[in-house]
Amino acid sequence: MSTVRDWAAPNPVTENRSGLIGKPVDRYEGRLKVTGTAPYAYEVETPAPPLFGHIVSSTLARGRIASVDISAAEAAPGVVRVWTHLNVPAQAARGTRLNPRSQRASNPALESDRVEHYGQSVAFVLADTPENARAAGGLVRITYEAEPADLDFLSSLDQAGPAPGEEDARIGDFEAGYSASEVTVDATWFSPLQNHAQMEPCATTAWWEGDKVVVHTSIQMVKGGQHALAETLGVPSDRVRLFTRYIGGGFGGKGQSYDDLTLAALGARETGRPVRVAYTRQQMFQATIHRPAVQMRVRLGADQSGRLNAMALEAVTHCARNAPFVEHAANFARNLYAAPNRLTGHRLVRLDIPHAGAMRAPGEAPGMLSLECAMDELAETLGLDPIELRIRNEPEVDPDNAKPFSVRQLVRCMQEGAQQFGWERRNPVPGAVREGRWYVGMGMATAIRGNFLLPAKAGLRLTGDGVATLTQGMTDIGTGTYTILAQITGETLGLTLDQVRVELGDSDMPPAPGSGGQFGAATAGSAAYETGMVMRRRLAELAAGDPRSPLYGEDPTLMDFANGNIVLGNRSESLAALAARAGPEGVYVEGGISPAADARDWSQHTYGAQFAEVGVDSVTGEVRLRRMFGVFAAGRILNAKLAKSQITGGMIWGVGAALTESNPVDPRYGSFLHQDLGGYLAPVHADIVNLDAVLLDEADDKANPMGIKGVGELGICGAGAAIANAVYNACGVRLRDYPLTPDKVLAALEAKGL
Amino acid sequence: MLTTIRVNGVDHDVDVDPRTSLLDLLREGLDLKGTKKGCDHGQCGACTVLVNGVRINACLSLAVMHDGDAVLTVEGLASGELLHPVQQAFLTEDAFQCGYCTPGQICSAVGLLAEVAAGQPSEATADLDGPVTLTDAEIRERMSGNICRCSAYPQILAAVRRAAGAAA
Repeated sequence: MSTVRDWAAPNPVTENRSGLIGKPVDRYEGRLKVTGTAPYAYEVETPAPPLFGHIVSSTLARGRIASVDISAAEAAPGVVRVWTHLNVPAQAARGTRLNPRSQRASNPALESDRVEHYGQSVAFVLADTPENARAAGGLVRITYEAEPADLDFLSSLDQAGPAPGEEDARIGDFEAGYSASEVTVDATWFSPLQNHAQMEPCATTAWWEGDKVVVHTSIQMVKGGQHALAETLGVPSDRVRLFTRYIGGGFGGKGQSYDDLTLAALGARETGRPVRVAYTRQQMFQATIHRPAVQMRVRLGADQSGRLNAMALEAVTHCARNAPFVEHAANFARNLYAAPNRLTGHRLVRLDIPHAGAMRAPGEAPGMLSLECAMDELAETLGLDPIELRIRNEPEVDPDNAKPFSVRQLVRCMQEGAQQFGWERRNPVPGAVREGRWYVGMGMATAIRGNFLLPAKAGLRLTGDGVATLTQGMTDIGTGTYTILAQITGETLGLTLDQVRVELGDSDMPPAPGSGGQFGAATAGSAAYETGMVMRRRLAELAAGDPRSPLYGEDPTLMDFANGNIVLGNRSESLAALAARAGPEGVYVEGGISPAADARDWSQHTYGAQFAEVGVDSVTGEVRLRRMFGVFAAGRILNAKLAKSQITGGMIWGVGAALTESNPVDPRYGSFLHQDLGGYLAPVHADIVNLDAVLLDEADDKANPMGIKGVGELGICGAGAAIANAVYNACGVRLRDYPLTPDKVLAALEAKGL
Repeated sequence: MLTTIRVNGVDHDVDVDPRTSLLDLLREGLDLKGTKKGCDHGQCGACTVLVNGVRINACLSLAVMHDGDAVLTVEGLASGELLHPVQQAFLTEDAFQCGYCTPGQICSAVGLLAEVAAGQPSEATADLDGPVTLTDAEIRERMSGNICRCSAYPQILAAVRRAAGAAA
């Protein structure tokens, strides 16, 4: 097992001699996407004309299916199959594993008469056209026996219990430290239930080749999807070939498979024809996961100089009754500010609503909406600038575990951000800046998000045309995986980008964990780098051992790679010639990365500082973003253009969280109030003005051999808090109930007599 | 119902189910899957196409209503290997991530530039009688029917600006 010291030596990526690392090259698959020719899961060509599936969803929150009548649906034009729990083909029991090494367990569809949430699949229709399938779906008659259901989070808070397997994290004596503090803040924030709202609904195209099923599905984790389907079908995983080459947005919501995958595979098996199944937009809201609501109580105790003596963040959140999930909204607070007395923890309420799950920056995204506003309140109470307060509480080592930081440029992010944003122009007196009917204000917040490296592999083939093809069971959910893997492979082997191909999203390829948790680039990229290094050694040995090579007999460890050649002194040979001599298949190697044995000896995070300027309409209470700027530190950046797109995209998610996004549960049915994109308000073009970000120079040599970290989730962290703080600075109203919609703002303004 | 529809310059005589949307005719009937289905409710803009030069949501329109119409989809924009200026600008500015809303954004931007050139005002236009100036506010307003959940909005704005400059 390697240690981080092994990673510190210079290598082709850190030396970056041809300059591919960091270069803002266009997206590898961009041409396919702008011409509409990138085939997403629903769109792949099938070997025969497909059938079309339509899923019928439950219309109550909890109960059992009392009666089923599919006769009208079966008699409808073009219908081939109608399934309910009474006649769906056999599947493995929920939660079982045929192969104990499967990453996921069986996840059957239409498994019983039990209904556990609104929008659960209760029937499935296969027909010759999408229109016929959908029309027949409307003819399926189901009656239910309803049972009492717990649907309302806030009125169920007294039922909150400990998060499974967790205890509160306590350091020092919070209660004593807090009560002894000269200045305190004690307030409670609420972050509502939110939806991923990926633009591409979940979809699967499936067909069988003998006893093996081929599925193209929209999922972030290749192995997870393959294993879940294999276990559900009760077959070894090598009988499932899963592709996921282009994914129309994931954000955590496609970290798992759904019933479209299972029912497409079953439908194709039972009919002998290819099957396409897509979720409707409404089913995307009800039948996939969501970010649960979180109530967060923050208590801060400080001395008059602003040094924190006590800090607590206690979060209460919810999940589905039989699908445990914890939104870890308090975890980030363990590593952010110094304070000798600390308390963080989570409580969980079980509800009869759809499943809660991971959504972009799970934990930090709602969590930072509380603590980062509490810090703003404390700064005001102390008469300190919010940045100065944070600098006074900057820890020297991780306050949670006393580990040294691998690298931490949080203060620099705040200071450079303040300078570039023009923070000195902020009037600290709330409500002091008025432009016509608009109150204008500025706010800031910090960002922190953990960094992870997981085990991953990759394959690399060099062929006689001089092209290197990287293959990996990895995904690109819009994050830029194709592009950065091409850049890493090109730099490692001394090739240009047009000499590199990248193929992803195939369960037959060497496995990688997929896209999630901001670990994708570091994990998949490090595996690509290590595989490139294996290829270098293989090629050098081939050259040294081949009398036909100009490098014959030389020391392979001294050979270098540049401009498509393997080089030693003034002698060189093209990689194309070497690969051609190796045979028609060229040269193929595999490699991989594992976390270093001592990786956990350092505290590893990405950091940032968020700045926002807003206008608050004194007449309507509407909050309009005027400017937003962020400075981030996230290790070495592989592609300046794509990384910035990730970061600013995350910041815009923060704008949505602060101002518009929320999905209340309908207490009558357990459904979500918003089941489409007209009701669920994700930001649109007109909401976003003058928003920019910069990434600091950084290399984290404890993170992985390339010193890179993730950027996919950092941008959302703290972004909404900066906006909420700007709203307070603009109009003097502290709103702790997100999103800060006009009705709430207006009521608060009126309550203040404004 | 028998319908004649011209798509990307090619005439198609098709017998369509009267329930079939223009979007489903393009995707299922004509195998032009570049036009995306994001919501099927006219709320996301992923299915934006140009009908007789005007951008519409293909999911909100029945195929049978388009007898005799000329439809332009994302597949019809490039000239062989040469990308349409809007497509090239999206690529250069990295105006997309997952790419699923992109065909709709691009078709919408093509329609937008034509509307502005024709002097059609929008909610963001200050002077309803004069020529329309392509301000950032105009672009944001006119592109707001196309949601990008990856939130490439700053880059899309830059791409539309770049394409407008290339067209001028």
